[in-house]
Amino acid sequence: MRVSRHWRNKLFRYRLVGWRCVSCGAFHYSKPLVCKRCGSREFREVELPKTGKILAYTMVKIAPKDFKDKAPYLVGLVELDDGTKILGQLTDFTKEELKEGARVEAVLRKIREDGENGIIEYGFKFRPEIRRPPQARA
Amino acid sequence: MVEAALKALDDSGLSRVNSIYVGNMAGEFLQEQAHLGAIIAEDLGMVGTPAYRVEAANASGAAAIHAGALEIASGRADAVLVIGGEKLSDGLIEEVSSALLMGERQEYEGFMGADFYSINALLYKLYMRRYGVEDDLIAVFPMLSHKHAKGVAHAQYPFEVSLEKILSSPYISEPLRRFEVSGVGDGAAAIVLIGEELKSKIKTPKTELYISSATDFMTPFEREDPLRFQSLGVAVNKVLDEAKVDRGDVDLIEVHDATSIMAAISLESSGFAEPGESGRLAMRGEFDLGGRLPYNTFGGLKARGNPFGATGVYQVVELHLQLTGRAGKNQVDSPKVGMAQSLGGVGATAIVTLLKAV
Repeated sequence: MRVSRHWRNKLFRYRLVGWRCVSCGAFHYSKPLVCKRCGSREFREVELPKTGKILAYTMVKIAPKDFKDKAPYLVGLVELDDGTKILGQLTDFTKEELKEGARVEAVLRKIREDGENGIIEYGFKFRPEIRRPPQARA
Repeated sequence: MVEAALKALDDSGLSRVNSIYVGNMAGEFLQEQAHLGAIIAEDLGMVGTPAYRVEAANASGAAAIHAGALEIASGRADAVLVIGGEKLSDGLIEEVSSALLMGERQEYEGFMGADFYSINALLYKLYMRRYGVEDDLIAVFPMLSHKHAKGVAHAQYPFEVSLEKILSSPYISEPLRRFEVSGVGDGAAAIVLIGEELKSKIKTPKTELYISSATDFMTPFEREDPLRFQSLGVAVNKVLDEAKVDRGDVDLIEVHDATSIMAAISLESSGFAEPGESGRLAMRGEFDLGGRLPYNTFGGLKARGNPFGATGVYQVVELHLQLTGRAGKNQVDSPKVGMAQSLGGVGATAIVTLLKAV
């Protein structure tokens, strides 16, 4: 795999940056020419909130080939704090923490490797939200 | 694929057609083979005949029928051969999972490792929560498909499976269990489409075909309602309009039960059950062979099998057998109208075929 296939999506994968339709608000993870929902052609770049909650989750037992050695792993449908719904892997969860409605935060993690000599792709996953003590927030 | 095509040609009595359409999804990936149109034409001894492959993920077979039907409708062709085929057993299990994932966006679901089954599992959870139903009212659909596949010669799994057995099978992606998803298999099916000109010349039992299609957002979670396949609702309404048939006139239905939850959502999205009610109707026997609306009368994707590109063509062949009274022990009582629903991805493509007895 050429690096460009990953690199062109780096804003979304690394920082949850995408494009929101100015007229209807639909979110697009890669820069669109036309809004998939309303057909508008005007967008503004947005950085999605890094926190949200789990709407539903599941554990993948039989994975596609790129994720074969990662299975079993968790996939969740997450509603971010601005209402955007996105899919992502869940990580660092204990059995007790894993439930619908649980608060999550995005964290940068290794997603997959393209064989022994290929590139290693990083991107966001969601882990349980770590509640920092008030003085550490500054 | 050649075997199925020859059966269809021999049944029709035709030896030549104007065009060939091949439905196949994963050949480029599993066999590293594209250009199936020209290959099949050659293997059928029909070199010279125009032939293309048509692809719409899991609905590739139905898409090939659609393409063929459009050529007939345009008046350009009198006879078209449509073949659907797939050889999934050439792939390792993770390769078949990857092939299925190709029907979703690689840059999004693919990168997240959110495969076809996990998306279905998330829908399953949302469904149970919204309608307050347990998994038995969803797992009833694979049970029904298996019941109807019993003893069917062309079925992959021609035997019954009890609801208890389905519900005790291991999770493939919780709450979706292994016995709630179609298996990995090979297969091919073919049909011959003809136009008005040839109608009187062909003696084989015929049916009238109507077909419509629609698309939806790729990801169910970006749709207005993830628990409704709007594409399917639109395509069903279009085809009923075109055939001048009411929903209540449909005598039997082939549903795209790639997973149990897709069967439930399909029946509800297309107006054959109220939202959240399809499982209860199934439990009451409404979708049995002798019920109000016989469902997957040869076992559907779950039990007859789901070799992607072949699937949509199988459905139409099976409807044709039913409407021409050639369904053997699975024959439903003198049906006049049958509907087949084929989905690509998790409903991003819907292609609906309606057959009328003539």
